[in-house]
Order: sequence, then C-alpha cells, then structure tokens
Amino acid sequence: MSSNNENPPEAAPQRIYFFATCLIDLLYPNAGLAGMQLLRRAGVDVVLPEAQTCCGQPAFNSGYRQEALSVARAQLRCFPNDYPVVVPSGSCAGMIKHHWPELFAGERDEQQALRIARNTYELTEYLVDIVGIELTDLGRPTKVAIHTSCSARREMGVADRIERLVGQLSAVDVVEQERKAECCGFGGTFAVKQADVSGAMVKDKTAALKATGADIVVSQDVGCLMNIGGALDHQGDDTKAQHIAEFLWDRTS
Amino acid sequence: MNQTEAFHERIDEALHNDQMRRNFRSALSGIQAKREQQFPDDAQLQALREQARAVRANALVKQPELLEQLEAKLTENGIRVHWAENPEQANQIIADILDAATAKTVVKGKSMVSEETGLNTYLEQRGIEVVESDLGEFIIQLAEEPPSHIVAPAIHKNRQEVAQLFHRFYPDLPYTEDINQLTETARQILRDKFAHADAGISGVNFAVAETGTLCLVENEGNGRLSTTAPRVHIAITGIEKVVEKLSDVPPLLEILTKSATGQPITTYFNMISRPRQAGELDGPQAVHLVLLDNGRTRIKVDEQLLDTLRCIRCGTCINYCPVYVQLGGHAYGTVYPGPIGIALEPQRLGIDQVGSLTSACTLCGACGQVCPVEIPLPKLINRLRAEAVNAGREASPLIGRGALRNKTEATSWKLWRLVYANAFVYRLFALAATRLRWLTPKKLGGWTRYRSAPKPAKRTLNELARQKGFRSE
Ligand code: SF4
Repeated sequence: MSSNNENPPEAAPQRIYFFATCLIDLLYPNAGLAGMQLLRRAGVDVVLPEAQTCCGQPAFNSGYRQEALSVARAQLRCFPNDYPVVVPSGSCAGMIKHHWPELFAGERDEQQALRIARNTYELTEYLVDIVGIELTDLGRPTKVAIHTSCSARREMGVADRIERLVGQLSAVDVVEQERKAECCGFGGTFAVKQADVSGAMVKDKTAALKATGADIVVSQDVGCLMNIGGALDHQGDDTKAQHIAEFLWDRTS
Repeated sequence: MNQTEAFHERIDEALHNDQMRRNFRSALSGIQAKREQQFPDDAQLQALREQARAVRANALVKQPELLEQLEAKLTENGIRVHWAENPEQANQIIADILDAATAKTVVKGKSMVSEETGLNTYLEQRGIEVVESDLGEFIIQLAEEPPSHIVAPAIHKNRQEVAQLFHRFYPDLPYTEDINQLTETARQILRDKFAHADAGISGVNFAVAETGTLCLVENEGNGRLSTTAPRVHIAITGIEKVVEKLSDVPPLLEILTKSATGQPITTYFNMISRPRQAGELDGPQAVHLVLLDNGRTRIKVDEQLLDTLRCIRCGTCINYCPVYVQLGGHAYGTVYPGPIGIALEPQRLGIDQVGSLTSACTLCGACGQVCPVEIPLPKLINRLRAEAVNAGREASPLIGRGALRNKTEATSWKLWRLVYANAFVYRLFALAATRLRWLTPKKLGGWTRYRSAPKPAKRTLNELARQKGFRSE
C-alpha cells in the first residue's frame, strides 16, 4: 500500500456537543453518562453544555408551538461552535433535526437553528457512522431484545445502528419480538391524554417482549424505556429495561 | 357531553370489547403481511410511491381544468354530470334522479363518499329500498352499523359473529360458519336484488379527465353488477378523485391494490365510459356522476393541507396504525377512521366538532411511512393539534381553530416554558427534584394505572458529568 495517502479518510471530529435531553438529565443520568464515556473512550472530546434543558418536543407535539419555540430557542446558545450535536435519544434528535426547521421557520434565529439541525446525530448513529466504534464484550452471556423507538426507526432512519452495536457483543444473544416495528404507546403526552389506549399498547408490547424470554430490553430512547420498563415493573416482571449506551458501557468497561 | 368526553367514552367501550380487539389484531396482522409480500424491494416500492405521489399531486394542481375537461368528456360520452357543494345537495340530486326514473329499489357498490353524505338513510326515509352489495357492506347493513374501516367495512366482525347475524336475518337457512357458505348465501340474496333493482349506485376510484372514464376497483363482481344490471347507474365521488390521463391510472391502481389488500391486482377493474349504446345488450340506459365538494375546495387553498387530498383511500395507514388496532373504526365516531380520519375529518368537519381525534395518535410515523402517495400524516396531525389549541394569526382554512384550548392545559405549558426556557430556573428545579426525590408522587394519574412512577435520580447528569471531569465549555 502506498504510504502517500492523498485522501485520508475523514477523521472523526475531535469535539462534540452532547445534548443529554431533559428525561436523561433528571431521571436516567447514567444513560447519558455512559454515552459520554463511550465517546470519550473512543477519543472524542465531549462537551456537555451546562445551559441545556429540553429540545421543546413535548410542547411541539402537543400543539403548543410558541412554548416549544421559546424552549428550543434557549438551547441555541448551548451550541456556539460548529461541532456535531450528539443526542442519546431518537426522538429528541429527530426534534432538532427535522422539526426545528419547521418550528424556527421565518424566525430571526432560523439560520442558527438550521445549522444545528444539520449537525445533529443520534448517539448510536454517531458511534457507528462517524466514530466507527469497536466494542469488546466483557459481560456474561445474556439474551437481549431490541426496541427501536419510532423516531429512531422512521424519523431518523437509524434503527439498524443499535443492532449493529449489539451485534458486536460476543456474549449477547439478540432475540426478536413479534411486531417489532409497532409503537410502544408512549408518544409523550399521548400517554397522559390517552392513558388507557397507551396502557393497552404497552401491554401488547410488554407481552411480546416477555414472550421472547429476553433478560434485558434495550432502546435508543429513554421515553420508550420509561414506558416499557415502567410497565414491566408494574406487572412484577423482572425483565430489565436499559438505555443502549448504559448497556454497552456496562458490558465493555 | 363535549367532544372530548364523548370520544373517551367510545374509546372506553372499544377497550372493553376484547373480542373485537382480537379480531382487529388478527385481521390487521394478516393484511400487513400480505402487503409486505407485495413489496419485496424497497427501492421499487419507493419509486412507485414517488410516481403515485406525483400523479396525484399533478392532478390537484391542475384540478380546476381537469374537472372542466372531465365534465366535457363525460357529457360527450353521454354521462350526466352533477355538482354538489355539500352532502344535502348530493343526496337531493340523487333522489331527484331516482324520482325521475321512478326508481324504488337501489343496489349499491361500496362508496365511502356516500357514507359522507349519509345517503342510505336519506333514501330510505324517502321510501327507497337500498341494498349494499359489497359483502362487507352487506354485513354491516344488516347489523345497522357504519363501516369500521374504509376498505374492509366489516373487519371488526369475525366469522362467528357474521354467521350469527345471517342466522338472525335468514333463520330458514341452515346455520353455518363456513366462509364460502356464508358468501354463497349473500350471493343468493343479492342475485335477486341485482336482477330487480331499478338503479345502481357506486363510488369511483379514479375519474380520468382525458377520456371521461370512471374507474372502479373491486373484488367481488358486485361493483360490476351494480353498475350494469339496473337501468340507471349513479356514481358519486369527491372532486379530488380526478386524474389527468389514462396513463396515470396504472401506477395508482398497482400501488392501490398492493397496499390496500396485498393483492397484485384486484379481481375486477371496471372502466365506465358511457351508458348503453344502441344495439348493445346490457348496461344502464343512463349514467350519472355526482361530484361532491364537501369542504375539499376550502382546504385546498392551504399548501400543507392540500396534501391530504392526494389520498386514494387505500386504508393502508389505518392497517398500520397502532392506535386503530386497539380501538377499531367506530371509536373515532367519524366516517373515516385511523390516521387519514384524524387528518381529514377535522379539516372537513371542523376542529370544534372532531378536533379531539388528534389526541389519538402517538406520532409514531407508521402511517406516513406506508402511505402510497406519501401524505405526511404525522405532520398534518401535528399541525391540527397546534390549530386546535391556538387560533393563531396566520390565515388558515380550518374551522373551529383554538376550540380545544383549555386553561389548565395552557397554564401547565406556560409553567413548563418558565422552567425549561431558562437554564437557571431549570437548574434550581432539577436540584429540588433530585434532592427532594422522596417527595415524588407514587401515583401519576393514568400513567401509574399501567406503569410504575418514574423517580428523579439522586444527581442530575450535569452533576455526574462534572464529577467525571467532562467539560461544559
Ligand atoms: S392517507 Fe395514504 S395510506 Fe391512508 S388511505 Fe389515504 S392514500 Fe391510503
């Protein structure tokens, strides 16, 4: 091979902004921390802007666009530089990438929002596509079911990244549940506004997951996990629900 | 009872009907599997969707001219064209045609637009006998129910339920749960109706402006009989069903049948271009087309809402909707259920009437992913939600904007904004939530009926990350 490489592969950016999401900051910080540690171990310089709160999605999906805009706007100053924004959640990444452009349309800070939107990645997408992370499994044999969130699957189109990551783990047996692509019934405020329908949906989802005999359910979204894990717990089932970053970090560190 | 309460009541009823929900689960899983077999290649499917979307979009852009051309062509072919602004006018027009032809009995092919106008009830009140000839429609007509699905109207009933229904109405026939036998029974009953009906009524799948052709897709042959056996045929359709050219039809037909029922092609595809001509042995002596607006022109002026009118009524979005599978079509309380219903009905009838429908969606995106003409259903539903709680200043053709705004909800979003739009306030809030986590309520309304309550962590990520030496820049 020639040592005179004129077109070196594009190096992974040195520095990224980590946008942790409001649910992770308050309820599942270990998932966020694991994501940041995975990135750091792979040589990425991770910055967690302190002023971040929420991408605005809950209000946006409930029709309260003015409120969503104020909250989304408050995030803009978290990302002054042109680093990639990495989000450990399909739906929040989708909000920034695909809905901020609509939300900010015609606003004075539209250009800034568009710049950030273009630069936003979901965590597993970033780990696979940009970092090209290689994992060595140190964990015990286990059976895992993957729940791809609807936004990771459809909005972001990154559902297969989580599968590729888990596929790198030698002692992990991936089991597939029935109706894998069907929504778990979370839907943000849907779970409150249509509590009974949401309850019926998560009941179907947990039944399908339990039928696989998996020890753990992993997902790219803590929203789904809060729903699925909360339902499993409520049903007295000990199948664990864990964010993919935490699962990967636990098994490789 | 307001619309939201009424909707919740219907939902409650559906959720308690386990048999019906099992019927839905099994029927929809079957249809999904069949559809997926028809599209083994993603790239091919995508190319076909793109083509279908383009045909429909083009037809909507040129709609005014195309409708004029359609009318001219049809008239030239000897088909009478009638325009109806609203359901009342459409019903009146049809009743007048029937009166003029002294028609007392009518056989009908499947038509969702006639459900929009409440045609059957209207005609029956005027002493006209109306018989639905599509098997599914025939079943629900016996059961005195509206369709539960736009393609499979009796999808909510299983074989046993249909058998019992037939037995109740035709006690002389031997009881059977055999599908073929039941179909045969319906065929026997309908055969006589076809032979003696004075008029036939049908819907239209595509109306071709170039040639003045009405295309009708069906599986049972009942559509063909309803439109050819009686003396008079009346077709009714929404004005959006017009397409420009005959060559536009094949891609639409292909994606329609493959999407709707997973069939490569339907058993029958009727192209109706004129009434019976001198010397011909069959066919109706007169053919009429009623073109219904019913709000379509109003919503057409909005660039985003316009997308709704691309719909070819294949029902695929319904088949993939994770909420519909739990509820079935009747819970929606509208003519069109499922995602297309949620998007279309508030536009048609007003947010003040049926805006609550928009809450029956998780925005999971499954509908948008499968829609053969790429209607951005989740986006439309999200837009409707925004207009439901906020009248806004921008122009909008939607009726009843802001009708679902309620003080409590609006206040809680204002509070949410107060916390989350200001990093300092949020940090204080997060500190309180983590330090006082023992105060977190164990019961959280509907959430904890089915799930454990989430609890704040001991430390926020922000704190943990600092401890681990991450920078905040
Ligand atoms: S919205 Fe799309 S998927 Fe739904 S019925 Fe219409 S064309 Fe079919």
